[in-house]
Amino acid sequence: MTVLWSIAMKELRDALRNRWLLAISVLFAVLAVGIAWFGAAASGTVGFTNVPATMASLSTLATLLIPLIALMLAYDAIVGEDEAGTLLLLLSYPLGREQLLLGKFVGHGLILALATVAGFGAALVAILVGVDGVPTTVLVGAFARFAVSSMMLGWVFLAMAYVLSCRVREKSTAAGLALAVWFFFVLVFDWLLLALLVLSEGRFSPQSLPWVLLCSPTDLYRLINLSGFDAGAEITGVLALGRELPMPVWGLWGVLGLWVLLPLGLAGVLFRRRV
Amino acid sequence: MTAIEMCSVRHGYGRTTVLHDLSLTVGEGEVLGLFGHNGAGKTTTMKLILGVLRPDAGEVRVLGVPAGEARARRELGYLPESVSFYPQLSGRETLAYFARLKGTPVSGIAGLLDQVGLTNAADRRVRTYSKGMRQRLGLAQALLGEPRLLLLDEPTVGLDPIATAELYALIDDLRRRGTAVVLCSHVLAGVEGYIDRAAILCQGRLRALGSLPELQREAGLRWHLTSLRVDPQGRTLRYERTVAAKDKMAWLRALASQPETVDVEVRAPSLEDLYRHFQAGVDEQRRETV
Repeated sequence: MTVLWSIAMKELRDALRNRWLLAISVLFAVLAVGIAWFGAAASGTVGFTNVPATMASLSTLATLLIPLIALMLAYDAIVGEDEAGTLLLLLSYPLGREQLLLGKFVGHGLILALATVAGFGAALVAILVGVDGVPTTVLVGAFARFAVSSMMLGWVFLAMAYVLSCRVREKSTAAGLALAVWFFFVLVFDWLLLALLVLSEGRFSPQSLPWVLLCSPTDLYRLINLSGFDAGAEITGVLALGRELPMPVWGLWGVLGLWVLLPLGLAGVLFRRRV
Repeated sequence: MTAIEMCSVRHGYGRTTVLHDLSLTVGEGEVLGLFGHNGAGKTTTMKLILGVLRPDAGEVRVLGVPAGEARARRELGYLPESVSFYPQLSGRETLAYFARLKGTPVSGIAGLLDQVGLTNAADRRVRTYSKGMRQRLGLAQALLGEPRLLLLDEPTVGLDPIATAELYALIDDLRRRGTAVVLCSHVLAGVEGYIDRAAILCQGRLRALGSLPELQREAGLRWHLTSLRVDPQGRTLRYERTVAAKDKMAWLRALASQPETVDVEVRAPSLEDLYRHFQAGVDEQRRETV
């Protein structure tokens, strides 16, 4: 346990030292405040409009950004140590491979958690202080849900990054694959689903199609963040399918949790096989 | 207790076998030199002893337990070949990190840094270290927790002659305290005086194993005798000849009994000569099989 914690703390200290943690936190804060103020600029108004609209645009943008940050943070976790020669050294130490992997996960997970809480927390405070007559309880609840789900979305992509990092031999390969994973889950998956919807012309049963959304952690994440509101106007694209999903919100959280655990387990298996 | 016992060990990657039937023991306080060309199986042997790889056949025991067990790993120090460490950490932080992973008190770090001569650079980032300094940091890392078995992979790479001599002095010191050392290298010059036995690996097979005199006998290599003589005209002449080991003393006696001999220099077959000899044997075998 102390070994696991030592590894996690080293990752955290690295992120503090190279200012990653600071950069991500500031990015999150600027993003949240910016969206809250200018999210409705397209409709001709500047300033905080309402909670559902803010959360919808915020989660859309976070869907692009958080997976990218998580993948960048963790893609070289194993293959990078291998290239530096430290992996062989670590493996000769009295610690298990799963301890090394979990230590990295705890460290990276903590970095994302701290950045999310600090960044979005700062934004929440700014909105509460700066905007009069904002529905405090609704906003705080929405932000809490947003922060926790963002954290989990980040963890999903950390775990995916470990899968790549345990599988490949070169850091550059891992970086390329990480970009491919990001592209697939952030853009390609939704396009494919839309194409499927259009081309099938309703031949698929409307009961089974919404379940496909569970195959994408980014869609799950957006569903969770919109679940609190009955704002039909905010739900666009493939997410409209989610309205027909006969699943309670806690079920969505559960599936998102599985999306963290399954790739992490797969990474563990791959790491054990790596020579 | 024996530090390392390898018993008929075979290991391969995929369909290629890189180690054939390797048997080797290293006792406490013994320094074994492990020599071989690139790809001879040195690093694979090291990884098997570390327990990072498992043998396909045979058994590897380290300090009385199967290789790779936590107890064996805790009492083992390893210096990998060309490790670059973490550029953003200082030397002291690097050692503290590895000490925590090994479960040894962090308080011993200052002493280790002093021992390898890095005290002045201890709080600088490893990014700024030269290759030799990184090598010395790696050595300090290997010495964490007073290991009873030390595996050094190319320890002298990047070290200047003085640092190399210091390293060998350190190994000597550890040997006296009962630490077993495996020294893996392809730099042969200068190592002779510091190893008890040499193991020469060739294409995954152990070609020779023994102390230097044993290997010299086994190889039957000739000794070099150089004598200086003064002729009646007062000129100094130099004679060189190679003689078989068994004839060496007869030659020396003969040379010594001649009044015109003013100096005799005797050179034994060096480790390099031996290495070349055993290596050549394999090359010939290979040619025959082809």
